[in-house]
Amino acid sequence: MPDRLAWPLGLTIVGVFLLALPHLLSFSQQEIAVFLLINILVVASYRLLTLTGEWSLGHVVLMGVGGYASALFAKLAGVPVPLAMVLGAGTSAAVAYVLSFPLFRMKGFYFLIGSFAAGEVIRLLWIKFRIFGGPKGLKLIPPFPDIGPIVFFDPTNYYYLCLVVVAASLALLYRIEHSRIGLTFHAVHWRDQLAESVGVDTRRYRTLAFVLASFFAGVSGALLAHYIGTVNPNRFDVAQMVFVLIWVIVGGTATFFGPIIGAVTLTIVNEIVLRQLGTDELRPLFYGGILIAAMLCLPGGLESLAPRLRHLFRRKAKAAPRAVEQGPGVKAGGYEPS
Amino acid sequence: MPELLLQTCVNAAYAASFMALVAVGLVLIFGVMGIINFAHGELYMLGAYAVVYVYADHHLPFWLAVASGLIFVGLLGIAMEHALFRPMRQNPLGGLIVSIGMLLILQALIVAGFGVRMEHIPPPHQQAIPLFGMAVTIPLQRLITILAAAVLLGALWLFLKRSKFGRALRACAQDPEAAALQGISLNQTARMSMFIGAALAGTAGALTAPLVRTYPYMGHPIIVTAFIVIIVGGMGSLEGAVVAAILYAFVSTFVTTFWDGVTADIVGLLLMLLVLVVRPYGLFGKPERA
Repeated sequence: MPDRLAWPLGLTIVGVFLLALPHLLSFSQQEIAVFLLINILVVASYRLLTLTGEWSLGHVVLMGVGGYASALFAKLAGVPVPLAMVLGAGTSAAVAYVLSFPLFRMKGFYFLIGSFAAGEVIRLLWIKFRIFGGPKGLKLIPPFPDIGPIVFFDPTNYYYLCLVVVAASLALLYRIEHSRIGLTFHAVHWRDQLAESVGVDTRRYRTLAFVLASFFAGVSGALLAHYIGTVNPNRFDVAQMVFVLIWVIVGGTATFFGPIIGAVTLTIVNEIVLRQLGTDELRPLFYGGILIAAMLCLPGGLESLAPRLRHLFRRKAKAAPRAVEQGPGVKAGGYEPS
Repeated sequence: MPELLLQTCVNAAYAASFMALVAVGLVLIFGVMGIINFAHGELYMLGAYAVVYVYADHHLPFWLAVASGLIFVGLLGIAMEHALFRPMRQNPLGGLIVSIGMLLILQALIVAGFGVRMEHIPPPHQQAIPLFGMAVTIPLQRLITILAAAVLLGALWLFLKRSKFGRALRACAQDPEAAALQGISLNQTARMSMFIGAALAGTAGALTAPLVRTYPYMGHPIIVTAFIVIIVGGMGSLEGAVVAAILYAFVSTFVTTFWDGVTADIVGLLLMLLVLVVRPYGLFGKPERA
């Protein structure tokens, strides 16, 4: 198959499949599909941040900022929900921008722990102040308004809404990554001193990645808030962040699709395999095991299987052997303490 | 009022003692192996569950429960070093991530074994010791914790400064390659630091088990506190961890007493962010090589 055709063909197949998907699923599975779409946006936006080499533990909290802000705009200020969602995402970006001043004085581990602390502070503020509803969070968040006969309370319809929003966001994220800005992110990650020497303001690009990633995290938070109708501090705690990390790491971060593959695979495994087991409490055991196994046995993530399989396939077809294409993050997260 | 202030100081001293035990272990592991052990709070939790199992369920003496907690958690630390951290030696973020995996597994195992409910541990010592006249008292169990922490940390200090193996451990923390060239086994020092670090956390958990709420997720607030302490003190500095534990315990206990717990958490985290911004290498740390 010529490579020129692979992209449009692949996208069409995936698109048709995604459009047909809700009609193949049961009601509860449709809900899971909605959450999966939202989580895909979370992991894809997280990857944008990791492009600059920084790993944050505050991403899920910034997603929560989007959810809380959108809910408050809609509930207290009476802003129409679609606009509130955009404003909520904007709030996430603004909060990230403010946080970037203290956080980007640090790198590596210190940034990781700093982002964790900043996230916990935000969560504690939600618990402490009345306007955020305290530990129980916000309830009765206005749902997405119906368009004519289309009722968004129905998971199928909300699924299509999420599909549109997430697909558009992914397209934007993809464009950003493959633009000059995205290439600069890579440069900031791998050769920051060289990048600085040719006039790249590395801190500004780190901030830009952080703000953009937080914006899309905010979009996903807003999508979540107006679907389930409640947000509370526990929904955005460090345990959720750990799940995002697991998806991203099991999928791999070298390519755009790695984290998405991770989220999709693990969600399917979770729903099909673990639902059979029945016990909710033993689920972390499985996730912990998968995380460790992925780090020890498959440091490149699931995505690193594809080039290997292609390589095997090509060899069998006696085509000219080609070097396995490897992205920059192949050495397990590509993390270097500095 | 002076009684309340004194009483709060006594409470803070107790909080400082077990925080120092946890934080020093974390710093020791980070110093020698360069890995942040996210599962450290779970090691603390396991120490508490050793007391649940040995003392509360099987009615054996309390000191035996603490000793078994120390040894069991220490050995688990060695196993973690061998199976998880050794393959990740060149990859600090990888080490952090496998320790998160370990955290999930340990929590799930305890939930499977003991259930999510809070454990009831009958206090081994009921009496309270009066201090400074009669107005201020300290429960004997807290006093024991403070003394045990002082003894353990003192012993660790002597071990690190005076013994040959302690010097090897510090050499590894300063420069692993140069240490290896001097014939120091990196595997051995890593194993030892992990044993000591885990055992300290386990002991802290065992000693405080009758005093705190013992449940499978009790490690989370502990690891958050320990992060604050090691950042404020400086990531590689044992002395810094002790000083920062005392500082943080006093700030946190006073804010909790005079305002409330959530405010205390916010103040603690803001303190840490402030230190990160002004002096990212901590109060006692050294600036990193560029």
